[in-house]
Amino acid sequence: MQNQTEKISAVKPSVPPPEKIPLTLQINGVETKLELAPWVSLLDALREYLHLTGTKKGCDHGQCGACTVLVNGIRINSCMTLAVMEDGNEITTIEGLAKGEELHPMQTAFIEHDAYQCGYCTPGQICSAVGLLAEGKAKTADDIRELMSGNICRCGAYTNILTAVQSVMEQKGGQHA
Amino acid sequence: MRSFSYTRVLEVETAVQEKSAGVEAKFIAGGTNLTDLMKAKVEQPQQLIDIRRLPLKEITENPEGGLRLGALVTNAQTAYHPEIENRYPLLSQAILAGASAQLRNMATNGGNPLQRTRCYYFYDTATACNKREPGSGCSAINGFNRIHAILGTSESCIAVHPSDMAVALTALEAKVNVRSQNGERVIPFVDFHRLPGDTPHIDTNLQADEIITSIDLPTQGFAEHATYLKIRDRESYAFALVSVAAALEMEGNIIKNARIALGGVAHKPWRKPEAEALLNGKEANAANFQPVAEALIAGAQGYGHNDFKIELAKRAIVRALLQAANKEEQS
Repeated sequence: MQNQTEKISAVKPSVPPPEKIPLTLQINGVETKLELAPWVSLLDALREYLHLTGTKKGCDHGQCGACTVLVNGIRINSCMTLAVMEDGNEITTIEGLAKGEELHPMQTAFIEHDAYQCGYCTPGQICSAVGLLAEGKAKTADDIRELMSGNICRCGAYTNILTAVQSVMEQKGGQHA
Repeated sequence: MRSFSYTRVLEVETAVQEKSAGVEAKFIAGGTNLTDLMKAKVEQPQQLIDIRRLPLKEITENPEGGLRLGALVTNAQTAYHPEIENRYPLLSQAILAGASAQLRNMATNGGNPLQRTRCYYFYDTATACNKREPGSGCSAINGFNRIHAILGTSESCIAVHPSDMAVALTALEAKVNVRSQNGERVIPFVDFHRLPGDTPHIDTNLQADEIITSIDLPTQGFAEHATYLKIRDRESYAFALVSVAAALEMEGNIIKNARIALGGVAHKPWRKPEAEALLNGKEANAANFQPVAEALIAGAQGYGHNDFKIELAKRAIVRALLQAANKEEQS
């Protein structure tokens, strides 16, 4: 049984594009069924097919981090993965961080510390920072800078982004102590 | 992106069967480079074989010593694995010097060495590039070539291999385990990548019908005296202009065994055992490191914009060796 190929679509080169492929994603806790062509990125699936436009398309080449989402709790660039490859996975986007009206502590911190200007990179920054905290590898301000380097902010709000992330890290540290 | 069909495989055996089925197919795992190349229409496979569900996701002890890194373990999982951090800090450092946290969470150990050059002409389908389109010419040789190679180049190609991880694996003398329908074979890491010659479109000695199943690290991890020094245009999230993986085995201040691999200077991680041998029995100091740097870089050729790399590489080698010998703070 294990030694089987899941033949999603077996199409010879000269044949027209394959039919759409069914997949299921858990998006912000909601089971979501989709049928997509295999070349649709996770980012495009979120924005164009599910109208979850909180996740931003910056460069579409994995260089800017605006498209950062959490897949099974781990931060990745949603522009660099195909939606079909994420079949069965849990996706958390910026829309899924708040609990009802209660913002995620990272969202609150970004507001409190004025950690953005135009706001375009902000959803990616926040999702990335949530992923960073879950990884637990950042201990110092330099660590945060290094491990947030995949998120570019062209307005240059880095100083306040750092402060916001630090403030949540300290809250979390305080809770554990 | 050109349209393609998508197949998901659950076993290595079926993966290699699919790959040999006659369609122009590519394996996809992390996808951090391949999807980008497909968007740029540099890679246009007819079929993608999704190998993410193959059972190659563990780091295990090898019976003869050393560790086996599953091909689908992510770069982040590898770099932060306690056994890698403790026994192979050079590999941890090199992996963490590359890409961003998000990309390292996606990229896999099998995929990292297979990533392709970031030569801007290779990515730009409007320009000539022998690597992308054999026989079309090289736009970099007489073009803007600041990031390009100074060693092992050919008239066909002066691209560099972009991986940091591969530089550490070269210094550590890792081995790549591959499988095809015909069975398994082992490729020493130093022989995995190729020099461009007149076939720059072939990056590695992995055959089209083969899949990487794992990478073996030998017992000797040089944990006491190793450093990965990466010189780049910005402090994070940039490819190396020059990088040095330096690993020393020492007795007191005397070097018993040295390994040095360079990144950012050639079509493959650059190693020269005869230059390393100059350090055997020598004291670890800058005066002894200088001739090694000269020997490693001997024959280097600049192409205009990248001339600076020759002097930069020499200085980086000396600095990395001083750091590895704990004569200088790691940076």
